[in-house]
Amino acid sequence: MSKVLVVAEHLNGKLNAATAKTVSAAQALKPDAIDVLVLSDAPDAVAAEAAQIAGVAKVLTLANAANAHAIAQVLAPQIAEIAKNGYSHVFGPSTTFGKDVMPAVAALLDVGQVSDLMAVEGTHTFKRPMYAGNAIVTVEAPANHVVVATVRTASWPEAAKGGSATVEAASVNAVLPTHTRFVELAAGKSDRPDLQSAKRVVSGGRGVGSAENFKIIYDLADKLGAAVGASRAAVDAGYVPNELQVGQTGKIIAPELYVAVGISGAIQHLTGIKDAGTIVAINKDGDAPIFEIADVGLVGDLFQILPELQQQLS
Amino acid sequence: MKILVGYKRVVDANVRVQVKPDGTGVVTDGVKLSANPFDDIALEEALRLRDAGKATEVVVATIAPADAQPHLRNGLAMGANRAIHVVADGAVAPLAAARAFLKLIEKEQPDLVLMGKQAIDDDSSQTGQMLATLWGRPQATFASKLVVDGGKATVTREVDAGLETLEVDLPAVVTTDLRLNEPRFIKLPDIMKAKSKPLDTIPLADLAIAATDAPKATQYAPPAQRQRGVMVKDAAELVAVLKQKGLL
Ligand SMILES: Cc1cc2nc3c(=O)[nH]c(=O)nc-3n(C[C@H](O)[C@H](O)[C@H](O)COP(=O)(O)OP(=O)(O)OC[C@H]3O[C@@H](n4cnc5c(N)ncnc54)[C@H](O)[C@@H]3O)c2cc1C
Ligand SMILES: Nc1ncnc2c1ncn2[C@@H]1O[C@H](COP(=O)(O)O)[C@@H](O)[C@H]1O
Repeated sequence: MSKVLVVAEHLNGKLNAATAKTVSAAQALKPDAIDVLVLSDAPDAVAAEAAQIAGVAKVLTLANAANAHAIAQVLAPQIAEIAKNGYSHVFGPSTTFGKDVMPAVAALLDVGQVSDLMAVEGTHTFKRPMYAGNAIVTVEAPANHVVVATVRTASWPEAAKGGSATVEAASVNAVLPTHTRFVELAAGKSDRPDLQSAKRVVSGGRGVGSAENFKIIYDLADKLGAAVGASRAAVDAGYVPNELQVGQTGKIIAPELYVAVGISGAIQHLTGIKDAGTIVAINKDGDAPIFEIADVGLVGDLFQILPELQQQLS
Repeated sequence: MKILVGYKRVVDANVRVQVKPDGTGVVTDGVKLSANPFDDIALEEALRLRDAGKATEVVVATIAPADAQPHLRNGLAMGANRAIHVVADGAVAPLAAARAFLKLIEKEQPDLVLMGKQAIDDDSSQTGQMLATLWGRPQATFASKLVVDGGKATVTREVDAGLETLEVDLPAVVTTDLRLNEPRFIKLPDIMKAKSKPLDTIPLADLAIAATDAPKATQYAPPAQRQRGVMVKDAAELVAVLKQKGLL
């Protein structure tokens, strides 16, 4: 008898696609019910969106001014209180939101957490990556405890829409701390597709050489309707903002098409694209490790090849 | 102000980790071990706060087998004032590590605890968050900037949407991201000096932490390997191949 609580992720009144992916992982448990929990100052719009995810039985909302921003130590006690209402599993996405809050929930529930759940083998048996994805480990969660897990979103498709779950306002008795205050969120503004859910991604590395040169990457991405990503070297060098980093310590993504431009293919980068459909590599060094895993490789100077590509695509 | 730094020893980031043929773990015999890269960043940040006159003492702590002493000496050579070695035989899961750190906190009363955002062996990203929870104090994870002033810290965090800034009351737990700083190199004379710095050893059992039911690793397997694909000679051929695959 499994009953799963999925913690919704949202920003600016919109549900994040990671939530529907987390629901997919919950469905793999073949549970009796999946409920989604929305914590917000104004949860209605997000709750209405979550109610449309197929397979969701109930959407619970916790409306509180303290929930206006996702502060882990504020949200965690509320999630833990709801979890105690007969849930066997509490899942959140393995995004920076989920990674921040779910371990706090686990600690409150007195259990260890399963991080980056990539496959469900049984109600308490899962697979997850370790060592930058160099080992896939089967983990057995203790049977007598609630299972708290973050779900590796790149491993799961978004659950379909078309559901019509009931929405219910919940309440909890939890003392919320005031020791942490939100100051600001400097979000990169972009009309491009979101890196974590895009079907196509074009990434640039150190080989691109400068922030100005990155225009050539953005142009190709626009042509393809793709999101833009980057290697850590490109982010560290200041070519692009941090939220574009793909890899072990950035975003783990699974687009249908990934184009790596001027990226050597360090193991920490490859961890982030293992589940991509087709990987294209463009690099002037024919011995670059990226070619060992690329489905289509092209050796050459990116500053010559990318304009040619633009032309071919026009 | 006193700063406690989580300083875990892990398989070096440059090692290509191999799963043992029998699936019981990964090969660690003869493999280079180093400080977790995020923990080097945590230590560096603590040292900078001390250099800036904001902190007076930096203590590094590790939970690791008895042979981890040289690892702690490295932390001392980098500049920590003291080291604490909690001696444990096997790997310690994040919740147990957090409980052990809570015991150290009760004894040391630090104003700030710096940890890595994740250990690159288990890639859990849990310990700092669990510690903050058990301690009942603020957490600011994935920090790329840290400003300490009075009894508060202002922390810029690398989140999926961009950069988030939080203000937290101290004491607090802050976990480090890669861009917080660039750790210094250890200098030879400092290795000599480190030999005489205090290093306390405590058996894990002496901390008397509650047992936890952690998820257990039962089987290790290598990941599915991607195969080398085709090479094309120019942009035209690349577009042709992608069209053929139905991707354009
Ligand atoms: C703990 C840890 C975590 C990490 N996490 C991540 C992570 O999440 N993501 C990540 O990406 N990295 C990560 N790294 C860093 C990683 O190890 C590499 O350093 C990084 O990925 C290298 O980026 P790069 O390929 O852009 O740069 P380089 O390795 O410098 O490669 C640049 C490439 O560009 C090519 N090039 C240069 N000029 C041209 C040109 N004109 N035309 C075509 N090709 C050209 C070169 O041949 C070269 O192959 C991490 C490292 C550590 C230690
Ligand atoms: N055994 C340990 N010894 C010292 N620090 C640790 C240990 N385990 C976890 N930590 C700290 O917690 C951080 C996150 O680890 P993890 O939750 O395992 O990803 C690490 O970067 C360390 O700072």
